[in-house]
Amino acid sequence: MPRFARSIVDSATALLVGLVCGGVLMRAFGYQPMAAYRALVVGAFGSVPDLLETLAFATPLALTALTFSVGVRAGLFNIGAEGQVYVGALGAAFVGGSVLLPPGAHLVAVTCAAMACGAAWALLPALLRIWRGVHEVISTIMANWIAFFLTTYVAVTFLGEPGRAERTRPVWPTARFPVLTEDASLTAVAFVALGLCLLVYTYLWGTRAGYELRLVGSNPDAARYAGVRTRRVVVASFLLGGMSAGLAGGSQVFGRPPAWSLYATLGNVATLGFDGIGVALVGRNHPLGGLLSAILFGALQHGGRYMEYQAGVVSELVRAITGLVVVALAVPELWRLIWRRR
Amino acid sequence: MTGRGGTLAVYVLLAAVAFALWRLGLALWSVLEAGLLAMTPLALAAVGECLNEKAGVVNIGLEGIFLLSAVTGVWTAEAFGSGAVGLVGGALTGALLGLGLGALSVYGRADQVIAGMGLNIAALGLVPFLLIGLWAFPGIHLFAPELTVPRLHTPLVQISPVTILAVLVALGAHLVLHRTVLGFRIRAVGEAPEAADASGIRVERLRLFTSTLGGALAGVAGAFLPLGWFGGLVKEISAGRGFIALGCVVFAGLEPLLALGAAFLFGFAEGVAFAVAITPGVKERVPFYFVNMLPYVTTLLVVTVAIGQRRFPRTVGRPYARE
Repeated sequence: MPRFARSIVDSATALLVGLVCGGVLMRAFGYQPMAAYRALVVGAFGSVPDLLETLAFATPLALTALTFSVGVRAGLFNIGAEGQVYVGALGAAFVGGSVLLPPGAHLVAVTCAAMACGAAWALLPALLRIWRGVHEVISTIMANWIAFFLTTYVAVTFLGEPGRAERTRPVWPTARFPVLTEDASLTAVAFVALGLCLLVYTYLWGTRAGYELRLVGSNPDAARYAGVRTRRVVVASFLLGGMSAGLAGGSQVFGRPPAWSLYATLGNVATLGFDGIGVALVGRNHPLGGLLSAILFGALQHGGRYMEYQAGVVSELVRAITGLVVVALAVPELWRLIWRRR
Repeated sequence: MTGRGGTLAVYVLLAAVAFALWRLGLALWSVLEAGLLAMTPLALAAVGECLNEKAGVVNIGLEGIFLLSAVTGVWTAEAFGSGAVGLVGGALTGALLGLGLGALSVYGRADQVIAGMGLNIAALGLVPFLLIGLWAFPGIHLFAPELTVPRLHTPLVQISPVTILAVLVALGAHLVLHRTVLGFRIRAVGEAPEAADASGIRVERLRLFTSTLGGALAGVAGAFLPLGWFGGLVKEISAGRGFIALGCVVFAGLEPLLALGAAFLFGFAEGVAFAVAITPGVKERVPFYFVNMLPYVTTLLVVTVAIGQRRFPRTVGRPYARE
């Protein structure tokens, strides 16, 4: 069996483990698992607008999954996407809402601002890692919390919409990506996200620098022996990841109706970064696998809302299932057992 | 940076903070009181994780254990009408999660960082689900004030008995680790599992034990958050404290007593934040966003300064398989 088929079976089995555990939990608290899951599927794929809405949910997830994957490919456990999402969204809200530019240029400017802000926030753990050897699990989590308070402070104090304290000034119409259809919140920003995923894929598997990055991740000793500059690779991986996460945050501001702004609670961008970790692991840390897995998780999130409405199960249960899937994927012996039986 | 330089930097930092507090007009005792409360969960979890990592197992899932045992702790406290029993409930939950994660690591040879992160993500989703399932109310649950663990009154500050427990646990862990055969075995299993195995120590079983013990301590810490400190349960109750505890472990270089010191430092930072946020005349002058950042900034700074001089067991984070 080819390797890619095997990893698809692995991911599918882990997903099944997660769904079964979720079902047991629902049953334990008196819900109807089958009805809930049916509502989830219908809510996610039942109609064309639902399908497009699923893709709208998938867009930022594909980007934050990319952040985690590029980290893992370089041997890093970068869980800082969450904070980079906040800061990217903040940059987008500022350039989109407070700067006036001609139509085309404004779109380019907000996109670049989001990516640059995300990358800048990722630079901190990158530098701490190469200068002081601070483990990125600790530095990125701390950076996430600092970003949370910093972003809410700036959003509320300097960018707030007059008369509506709960969000920032909406971005100007010149800084909004066109909405694709009337009845779904999918915008053209999805194509930008897709483009970035393909670009990173080409970088990792088509260029020398990308090869060096993967080498550092898979065999650091060999990489050092071959003269790869590890520090440069670490910084590159963090910056790429930060760009991607920043765009994920920005996409919710300049590419997602009806808000076109950043909520003061960060409610429209929060948890995107953490969800990206699960998406990336199910996608086997591959940019293209991540895309497929993002659509799956987009379906879980969009369908989860319908499930909450129909079956009364809180949509957050979807996140619990994600976590269980990640735990299942972490256990290689489980997979070895399954494969030995065949 | 030498150890002495790092310690000196910490003292300078503390002096600067004390000076700033005095300028702001805060009572040092109220800061200390809040600081000791904030120290307690960090110290319990960090000391347990020190033992665990000495034996060669990493538990990134402390945050998830905090979250879940906070919920089960309150639930058992209500079921038995006692906050102390609630702490035991939290400990059992933590022990179970630690045992499960340990079994995955030791026997399943799991990637420990990914498995732990999976636990964190799962807890993030499970807590809102459990809040609805157990109390039918979204996101928050307030329990009867009688269920909070009573604090001891001393002339200067009020101290929770759990704080004293945390200090005793740290002292005990230090003694066990450095003065007993068990401690010697724990260290051997982390440094040289092959040699330990050859000399008759059961590597897997000992690692499972430390993982369970670490989980139980983190569970007490998680149940302490609502029952001994906040007096209520919200869905983001741990707020990154599991990771701050990991920061303590790194700072301490796996030494329980140093971990206690680190927990006090971070707790103090949080105590300052808490005191600033509630003191009239001060809270208007300092935006609370910056005050809330303080514990996280402190963690980042201290870990940055302290790291580099620490040495970790040779096999930390890696499963052991007999050849």
